Amino acid sequence: MPEQPTPPERPLPSMPPGPHLSGGGRAPEDGAIAATGMGGAMDLATEEGASLRKPLGGPDGTGPQDKPRSLWSDAWRDLRRNPVFIISGLVILFLVVISLWPSLIASGNPLKCDLAKAQEGSQPGHPFGYNGQGCDVYTRTVYGARVSVTVGVCATLGVALLGSVLGGLAGFFGGAWDAVLSRVTDIFFAIPVVLGGLVLLSVVTSSTIWPVIGFMVLLGWPQISRIARGSVITTKQNDYVQAARALGASNSRMMLRHITPNAVAPVIVVATIALGTYISLEATLSFLGVGLKPPTVSWGIDISSASQYIRTAPHALLWPAGALAVTVLAFIMLGDAVRDALDPKLR
Amino acid sequence: MGRYVIRRLLQMIPVFIGATLLIFLMVNVMGDPIAGLCGDRQCDPATATQLRKEFGLDKPVWQQYATYMGNVFTGDFGTAFNGQEVTELMSSAFPVTVRLTIVAVLFEVVIGITLGVVTGLRRGRPVDTGVLLVTLVVISVPTFVTGLLLQLLLGVKWGWISPSVSSEAPFDELIVPGLVLASVSLAYVTRLTRTSIAENRRADYVRTAVAKGLPRRRVITRHLLRNSLIPVVTFIGTDIGALMGGAIVTERIFNIHGVGFQLYQGILRQNTQTVVGFVTVLVLVFLVANLLVDLLYAVLDPRIRYA
Amino acid sequence: MLLEVRDLHVEFRTRDGVARAVNGVSYSVDEGETLAVLGESGSGKSVTAQAVMGILDTPPGKITGGEILFKGQDLLTFKEEERRKVRGAQMAMIFQDALSSLNPVLSVGAQLGEMFTVHRGMSRKDAKAKAVELMDRVRIPAAASRVGDYPHQFSGGMRQRIMIAMALALEPALIIADEPTTALDVTVQAQVMDLLAELQRELNMGLILITHDLGVVADVADRIAVMYAGTIVESAPVHDIYKAPAHPYTKGLLESIPRLDQKGRELYAIKGLPPNLMNIPSGCAFNPRCPLARDVCRTDVPPLYEVTEAGADGRSACHFWRECLHG
Repeated sequence: MPEQPTPPERPLPSMPPGPHLSGGGRAPEDGAIAATGMGGAMDLATEEGASLRKPLGGPDGTGPQDKPRSLWSDAWRDLRRNPVFIISGLVILFLVVISLWPSLIASGNPLKCDLAKAQEGSQPGHPFGYNGQGCDVYTRTVYGARVSVTVGVCATLGVALLGSVLGGLAGFFGGAWDAVLSRVTDIFFAIPVVLGGLVLLSVVTSSTIWPVIGFMVLLGWPQISRIARGSVITTKQNDYVQAARALGASNSRMMLRHITPNAVAPVIVVATIALGTYISLEATLSFLGVGLKPPTVSWGIDISSASQYIRTAPHALLWPAGALAVTVLAFIMLGDAVRDALDPKLR
Repeated sequence: MGRYVIRRLLQMIPVFIGATLLIFLMVNVMGDPIAGLCGDRQCDPATATQLRKEFGLDKPVWQQYATYMGNVFTGDFGTAFNGQEVTELMSSAFPVTVRLTIVAVLFEVVIGITLGVVTGLRRGRPVDTGVLLVTLVVISVPTFVTGLLLQLLLGVKWGWISPSVSSEAPFDELIVPGLVLASVSLAYVTRLTRTSIAENRRADYVRTAVAKGLPRRRVITRHLLRNSLIPVVTFIGTDIGALMGGAIVTERIFNIHGVGFQLYQGILRQNTQTVVGFVTVLVLVFLVANLLVDLLYAVLDPRIRYA
Repeated sequence: MLLEVRDLHVEFRTRDGVARAVNGVSYSVDEGETLAVLGESGSGKSVTAQAVMGILDTPPGKITGGEILFKGQDLLTFKEEERRKVRGAQMAMIFQDALSSLNPVLSVGAQLGEMFTVHRGMSRKDAKAKAVELMDRVRIPAAASRVGDYPHQFSGGMRQRIMIAMALALEPALIIADEPTTALDVTVQAQVMDLLAELQRELNMGLILITHDLGVVADVADRIAVMYAGTIVESAPVHDIYKAPAHPYTKGLLESIPRLDQKGRELYAIKGLPPNLMNIPSGCAFNPRCPLARDVCRTDVPPLYEVTEAGADGRSACHFWRECLHG
């Protein structure tokens, strides 16, 4: 009997480009995780999204052309019945509403502080008490949502657009650009995020939120670009995409009609979860004193300033920290729920 | 194998240069490197020009970078703001951060994997749902909040630990800071292990092991764990670099004089040589850790062969 | 009797309802005998085997009734630890897909040797020598040098030989082979099957051969039990079944084999689909697909009739077995 060694199941890590230093090699669908170098939360996002790639775009996905539509409508039907999605969706909706119109639930002025009342606890009309400068914690917590949500949404939009365009094009065309892009993403992954933020933002004097958003887009896009690249590459190998190519579809038509609808799901999931982590990152940078600066009202700033009074007035720290945690949690759970709904394996 | 290592080492070069150059540019272009050199006073213009010349700052940036890197490879990392050699700072700071990272990794291994195995084997039971929820909460609460809260509760309210770590930073004082540093990764390791265990539990080879009449314990440790831990081990390996670079927040909260502390000082004083020097070493650690993880992967999974 | 399964019932409790996978299966195997269990996927043949081995996933699976007598003792009354000592040592199982059934990260030598270290308390060195011996026995070339290799380094046929070696390691009294050749190339199938049959004769083991492939069965089996929707619909010596099937389902299976002498004719196919195990038809489970079905088939569950005519020695769960036998 002739010996026919079976080729290994996993792609060889030695395949260019190498496993961790690049997007392709050892993709999370192999079970191993290409760490983002951004810590667990980012990796969570990567994991959630990457596990989508196979069912959506794997060669066994016997998808005719109408598959994306039914996939999305199936996912929507699933989501509507998922309590996790409904709860996190409602929380996010609430956050969006109060960041647009904070005066709906908070009548005070977040910048009006009375030092005489500094560190005082809960009292009628001021349920969360006062912070170290004598500002009303409730009002500031409500107004803080605006900055957090704006930073999160803008950074995510920027990262998702830049990352998926660069990653998608690299995955679609391959070749030299792909190699260059892979190396460039490697470079960004090698720099610890918080550190990069400290260096870059420590010299910025602007007190608006834009430098922070710009920094997040600058250091965040490689993560999405990796996901988008992998997702496009898997989708490209699908039989129906090959068939479209054989029928003479143009590159732009292939991209828009066949690949994008199938490749976009992992990007959406990762971006949703990343949104939560960006909000958290903004707070961390503000805590380190390089993110947003007063008089901007932000949870990060409030937590940071309250940390000096943590022994005497912990409530001033707990309320914004709680709001921050709930917000981040809501986005992570939303991403989780969307992932579950888009994963046909679980149906 | 040898060829693979060499190729990987070659691939590391552009990444190394790119990452250090990026930091070098950020510090140089955006800040004034000599601003910190005259202590807290403003430098007078004559001295400033003098200093610029002395440090080669009048030359183009790429030349400065080349000179700097040339020096680095001869072991000269330059001088910190207080006149100390940067290498001297490193020799005091890195052991502290390495200890902190060791504690954090131990937490990831011991608690993360244990919780992951327990929940993976009891998927859908209350303990699983509970742990899963806790991991989500831990991931959602930013590290600095976790750190502040633990410091408040354990250090101030209950007095179990000292709220700040002494400058020697022995292992026992680093337990709580290590837990804080590990927290997010710990939650992630738990989730990763859980998914991996739950997936492999239904694998055919586990069924074979049961059909062979092996004791349950042996089925789990030798067959199920051995396979399930491959992705977990590789994650923890790559996380080492991220932990060392991310220790900045934890070190600030607990006043630990490690790498993050020195970097923070360097950034505040806009001392290029401290910042770039430390980041260079961190990038190297990250790259080497990644390479080691890839090699480890082949040891753990015989199906992987390096060409 | 080596193994006697009596009126076995197995259910799977899922979120969507209860799937009745095995509904009163009885069969027996003697030493040196080969029983072929035939049926489509979902007929309960593998579930029965897993229940016998004691490797059913519980939950969601649950044995709700019956007895499994092995050497006269009911295995279902055993404690898990006693049961474990029977597994591998006294009865062993060969699975369909050797690649996924062997542990990818342990060498085949370690996986074979494990049988001896765990069940016999041998040292690792002796166990390795035994592993080489076993690999020789299933005719793996250069066994001594390949004992440290990993499953993926072997070809499909070689891997299945290793599965067989592992099952034979402790010379068990009973082997259950669950579709042992389905995943292999046709040329290799016969070799593996012959090897299994030869070793079975040599060691005088009972063999339960689970398959959906009637071709494999004819050469090696002594008796055949045909399963449908979790019950045995016909059981008989192999020649009787081929000569004169006494159940319309068996008849359908036999007619759906392509044959050279009927070249050019349309191939017969049993109409309809296998039943949903959550909602098995009343009466005879096969009635919606049966060409002989009448009213009684929709109301009364047929017992296993003794097929006594024409020198036949079998049983059939068809109200109209005579008609089937002669038609």
